[in-house]
Amino acid sequence: MVKKEMIAMLLAGGQGSRLGVLTQKVAKPAVSFGGKYRIIDFPLSNCINSGVDTVGVLTQYQPLRLNAHIGIGIPWDLDRNVGGVTILPPYEKSKGSDWYTGTANAIYQNLEYMESYNPEYVLILSGDHIYKMDYEVMLEYHKANNADVTIAAMPVPMEEASRFGILITDDTNKITEFEEKPAQPRSNLASMGIYIFSWKVLKEALVKLKDEPGCDFGKHIIPYCHSGGSRIFAYEYNGYWKDVGTLGSYWEANMELIDIIPEFNLYEEYWKIYTKSDRIPPQYISADAKVGKCIIGEGTEIYGEVTNSVIGSGVIIEPGAVIRDSIIMQDSVVGAGAVVEKAIVAEDVKVGAGAHLGVGEYAASKYDPKVYQFDLVIVGEHSVIPEGVEIGKNTAISGVTAAEDYQDGRLESGGYIVKAGGNV
Amino acid sequence: MRAIGIVLAGGNSKRMRELSRKRAIAAMPIAGSFRSVDFALSNMSNSHIQSVAVLTQYNSRSLNEHLSSSKWWDFGRKQGGMYVFTPTITAEHSDWYRGTADALYQNLDFLKKSHEPYVVIAAGDGIYKLDYNKVLEYHIEKKADITIVCKDMPADVDVTRFGIVKTNTDGRILEFEEKPMVADSTTISCGIYVIRRRQLIEMIERCANEDRYDFVQDILVRYKNLKRIYAYKLESYWSNIASVKSYYQTNMDFLKPEVRNYFYKEYPDIYSKVDDLPPAKYNPGAVVKNSLVSSGCILNGIVENSVLFKKVYIGNNCVIKNSIILNDVYIGDNTVVENCIVESRDTIRANTTYIGQPDDIKIVVEKNERYTL
Repeated sequence: MVKKEMIAMLLAGGQGSRLGVLTQKVAKPAVSFGGKYRIIDFPLSNCINSGVDTVGVLTQYQPLRLNAHIGIGIPWDLDRNVGGVTILPPYEKSKGSDWYTGTANAIYQNLEYMESYNPEYVLILSGDHIYKMDYEVMLEYHKANNADVTIAAMPVPMEEASRFGILITDDTNKITEFEEKPAQPRSNLASMGIYIFSWKVLKEALVKLKDEPGCDFGKHIIPYCHSGGSRIFAYEYNGYWKDVGTLGSYWEANMELIDIIPEFNLYEEYWKIYTKSDRIPPQYISADAKVGKCIIGEGTEIYGEVTNSVIGSGVIIEPGAVIRDSIIMQDSVVGAGAVVEKAIVAEDVKVGAGAHLGVGEYAASKYDPKVYQFDLVIVGEHSVIPEGVEIGKNTAISGVTAAEDYQDGRLESGGYIVKAGGNV
Repeated sequence: MRAIGIVLAGGNSKRMRELSRKRAIAAMPIAGSFRSVDFALSNMSNSHIQSVAVLTQYNSRSLNEHLSSSKWWDFGRKQGGMYVFTPTITAEHSDWYRGTADALYQNLDFLKKSHEPYVVIAAGDGIYKLDYNKVLEYHIEKKADITIVCKDMPADVDVTRFGIVKTNTDGRILEFEEKPMVADSTTISCGIYVIRRRQLIEMIERCANEDRYDFVQDILVRYKNLKRIYAYKLESYWSNIASVKSYYQTNMDFLKPEVRNYFYKEYPDIYSKVDDLPPAKYNPGAVVKNSLVSSGCILNGIVENSVLFKKVYIGNNCVIKNSIILNDVYIGDNTVVENCIVESRDTIRANTTYIGQPDDIKIVVEKNERYTL
């Protein structure tokens, strides 16, 4: 009989609506990151590096890119005879069919998948965190405490603690209380949304709460286990960890990679991050190009100027173009003489020659001030920006835009143009 | 495809000087992210040849490591696959491969057990793209016994290290001279052959009976009047890297946009083993002009007209010009490297200078202790 000590369930179904037009047609875990990766590469690489070789990936929102990226798991060595990676979308059942209504509900609907591996422990992961973590060490900790549930937790500055789910522990790290975004936090230990459950405890809770609408780990399962007297421990993690759920944190996490010695270092031999590489050739820096403080992916050609930026693979920066403080994702082309400042340009975008992104003064977004508040120009994938237009700060653009979409050749700061379609 | 493939990757050459100490020529890194053998293998894969044997002998560790999985070239299928054949001791023979024909003879089982009617034999040291189906069509059309892929070289290139051919107007080869002292033609053999499988088996067996071991000398040259040997003219880019000068020049060719576009962007792709390295990183102080930079590199200094292979570290205030830096090289601060090829896994101390001449490229082999974080 198949027996896996610990299997992982990776939640990758969320839209990530706070990433605005970046996730209009792609699930957040499939968004590009750091020049050649996608966000989901980090938890997947952590799994294989930790010796967890059975991973169920729960997908729901716009899964095409994610499915194509993961395939049968070859880049992560997750193509296995027994186990490996399995994509788990919602499915039709004989009595009705449901979407995944919440994190725990998604796991509940895949009880059979988990049971088929006869696990002792189940690791619950999010598909939208950038970090390196050895889950095997966390499992040792779980076992040593004879715990039912272990929650990975990170100390955060006290003044920021009210933004997180806070864990209050006794001196053995056993959790005594939970506070969800408390106004007056009594601890600075924030839950990272990474859980190890003993399988029996998880199964019992999932079955018990199966009719809970939108059943969620943080809101329902953990409180249920806590009230039932389960032994819940906090596993303190002190390394680099970033939730890239907002445009601001996504931009920051990318920019931290270009520090001289980055806190999150991709260049260490130990604990490699794997990804599906579509491109092999080296990048070319032309005789007239200027590159300073940046990272650049495979096959990219730079003829212009790039500073303080993260450039993906297969990008072309034409002569005279200037890229500053920006993220340009794979296969995009920035036309000759264009200027791109403080922008996130998604995959396969054409920026016309002489266009200027990031002009003028900051203004609040007219589109969605909660999502777009980080003073960044956001250009969705497959978009086209016509030649010579000026685009203000804190703006959003998606779709094939033409000169007539820009009044007087300008898009004011805080403005937006969101059209259907793209240059697929 | 109606052919099986054989890649001859056993060779070594004195003309590679120090570079061939640690690897076969077919394993030489090329164009930043590739190895020489990737080109023949990718051409075979792109020509839908499913069953490929790679014959290796000389210092094959590097090559075997590169060929550790066949998935990169999309071989490794239930039908066909990629096989790496090194010399082995058997009941019949206990010799190294004494030549290319002997290498084929020692692996005659591979030829005999295949069922495809034709064989494509390609050297592992050619840099080119070619659909072997076109050569095969030509071969059939000319009713040839052997077809050799040939190239007309510019008049100013010294061709005496190649096989020189002369053909009639129909393309039939009338004369074939291997590495002559003086060449009287500029048409050379690219070391790529198409031949009927049964014909090849017969020739190889006869060759072995006569204690002859070399495919070119003992088959091509000797049979040229008896058999119909035809030249298929290759018009596109082709380069053989088996000398330091041509190896350097071939890498530098990739700085030209037309060569880069041809190999990197035009369909079909050249495949290689994927190394899972992070993007190249440019720190303040990096000034890079007209250069190729591969993944995993970290640059802090000046790099001009150079090709940096994977995982190269360039220290502060370094000046690298007209040079090729192979994989996993660490160059300490304030070091100057000009007109050099720096051997892979070298560690170069800070404050050192290596200067070669444009017509006499220096090969740098430095195995110092490396201290890295």
